Amino acid sequence: MELLGFLWIGAQTAFTFTNLFYCLVGCFLGTAIGVLPGLGPTATIAMLLPVTFGLPPVSALIMLSGIYYGAQYGGSTTAILVNLPGESSSVVTALDGYQMARQGHAGKALAVSAIGSFFAGTVCTLLIALFAPPLAEVALKFGPAEYFSLMVLGLVASIVLASGSLLHALGMIILGLLLGLVGTDVNSGTARYSFGVPELADGISFVTVAMGVFGLGEIIANLAHESTRSVMMAKVTGLMPTKEDFKKIAAPILRGTGLGAILGILPGGGAMLASFSAYALEKKVSKNSANFGKGAIEGVASPEAANNAGAQTSFIPMLTLGIPSNPVMALMIGAMIIQGIQPGPSVMTEQPALFWGIVVSMWVGNVMLLVLNLPLIGLWVKMIAVPYHFLYPAILVFCAIGTFSLSNSTFDVHLMAVFGFLGYLFHKFGCEPAPMMLGFILGPMMEEFLRRALLLSKGDPTILITRPISAVMLAVAVVLLFIVLTPALRKKREEAFQEEAA
Amino acid sequence: MHLIRNQKDLGAGLLYIAFGAVGFYIARDYGMGQASRMGPGYFPTVLSTLLMLFGLAAVFRSFVSKHPEKVGEFAWKATAFVCGSTVLFGVLLTTAGLIIALVALCLVSAAASHFFKFEWKAVGALIVLVVFCALVFAKGLGVPMPLLGTWFGG
Repeated sequence: MELLGFLWIGAQTAFTFTNLFYCLVGCFLGTAIGVLPGLGPTATIAMLLPVTFGLPPVSALIMLSGIYYGAQYGGSTTAILVNLPGESSSVVTALDGYQMARQGHAGKALAVSAIGSFFAGTVCTLLIALFAPPLAEVALKFGPAEYFSLMVLGLVASIVLASGSLLHALGMIILGLLLGLVGTDVNSGTARYSFGVPELADGISFVTVAMGVFGLGEIIANLAHESTRSVMMAKVTGLMPTKEDFKKIAAPILRGTGLGAILGILPGGGAMLASFSAYALEKKVSKNSANFGKGAIEGVASPEAANNAGAQTSFIPMLTLGIPSNPVMALMIGAMIIQGIQPGPSVMTEQPALFWGIVVSMWVGNVMLLVLNLPLIGLWVKMIAVPYHFLYPAILVFCAIGTFSLSNSTFDVHLMAVFGFLGYLFHKFGCEPAPMMLGFILGPMMEEFLRRALLLSKGDPTILITRPISAVMLAVAVVLLFIVLTPALRKKREEAFQEEAA
Repeated sequence: MHLIRNQKDLGAGLLYIAFGAVGFYIARDYGMGQASRMGPGYFPTVLSTLLMLFGLAAVFRSFVSKHPEKVGEFAWKATAFVCGSTVLFGVLLTTAGLIIALVALCLVSAAASHFFKFEWKAVGALIVLVVFCALVFAKGLGVPMPLLGTWFGG
């Protein structure tokens, strides 16, 4: 019953006119960037972060959350109609969705993906409401040793889940940790890696890095193999699935939601991994597996439910522990800090209206998205038709103004250009930038917590294993690392990511 | 068969080694401290060393890898235009002002595309974008960007 009371507080916050408005803005923007190939939620949220400085904290966070889960809805539209992933998490939706569109079932595919997403969104909002409070209670007992171990576990988990080479996932995390150290050391006041530049003494803003690597780097990569995209405009008709279709998709949506919810909580997880795994799982268990890749309705329903579920549950570690599980959540934490809120377990007790307001707004946002998506499909289709060579200069403009406004300095703009170049290098060398972003955000926190833990224990490193919670987390991390290094599992893992390459 | 089997691994490895080496070299000047009272150099030194080791591992793997991969052509033109136009924007923003900086950013970056050509539609879009940014960011949100910079006495 306590829960109802909290949800009531949340509803009071979420249903104010202002917050409903920002929720709508967020969902609309999210769908738009989801629809547009070549522009993802990380870059968009980074670009819009400075705009939200002037808003009240709740409204700002509601809008930014809307962008993230809205992008999951929008991405599927492009995947189904153009056979291009509007969003990295809808790569697998394109496999069967586009085939359905070619067979004249575009409307049905769109409806199924929206229904799947909505169901997953609703379930996961409830999950957050149920599981976040007890988790935050545990987290309140955490000392520096526990936090350090938790971050180690988080980084290790993100290695396991990162696609591509293990070596590069590790390398990129360390590189991120190292880049995160740039700036004045809190304990000694030494300016590290500042090269005598006063702007660097304050550290590198993660927004600059995110926009450089995810914004500029992606643009360069897209330009390298530029092609005209033709919208295969299958007439979108027959939106409503039949009763038989509903029977077919019920189980896949449930499975997708479950899998997505679990993977979303894990660090490095989130929407993309969720959709890949859900598709692979569905292909194995479905009676209709022979039809996968040829327009199977199950192949659209399950990954779409999973990516939305993953997007939603990835808020859990961010809201309860103050630890980001992916770059988007890292940006949300940045938004909180800028708004003067210290992220962590105390947010829930000290700012109940903020916490529950965001939770309730997620459900409201999912309703809005369902309404936005289907009737407005014509608008989104027009948007896909905007050619990329019109789009990317505008993206650059927003990135440039966004970085400048962080501290009103052109230095950040130049730094962003450097990270854009680096981002393209990473792309060329097959290094995934997401683990680097995680390392970059967690680096300074980890150093701080480790130092504090060792200060408390007078330099005795066994504090990390004598405190039970900390010990368990480190043990899990070690086990995970061993598992992932065993040859048999490595092979399995490579197979799992084969889907992606295909 | 080339000596280097996996060019991607080689590139990434060299990148890690470069960052690790620079990080290690600079961190020499920071105090190491002890584990109980870590100096500012402790964490950077450990991380730089690890990064160099991973870099060496990647370079080693590039010679023995069973998955030959090529880096492929490097998009110099796109890189130069996209990064160059961003730097140009940074330089022009305070000197020439927001309007000129935006126009320069759009035109230079757009020139990276194969489809870059004069089009009235594009000119219209550019004007709309510049007016939008001037109104929303400079006027509406109050980001301190002069519409006309110091060159024009702004």
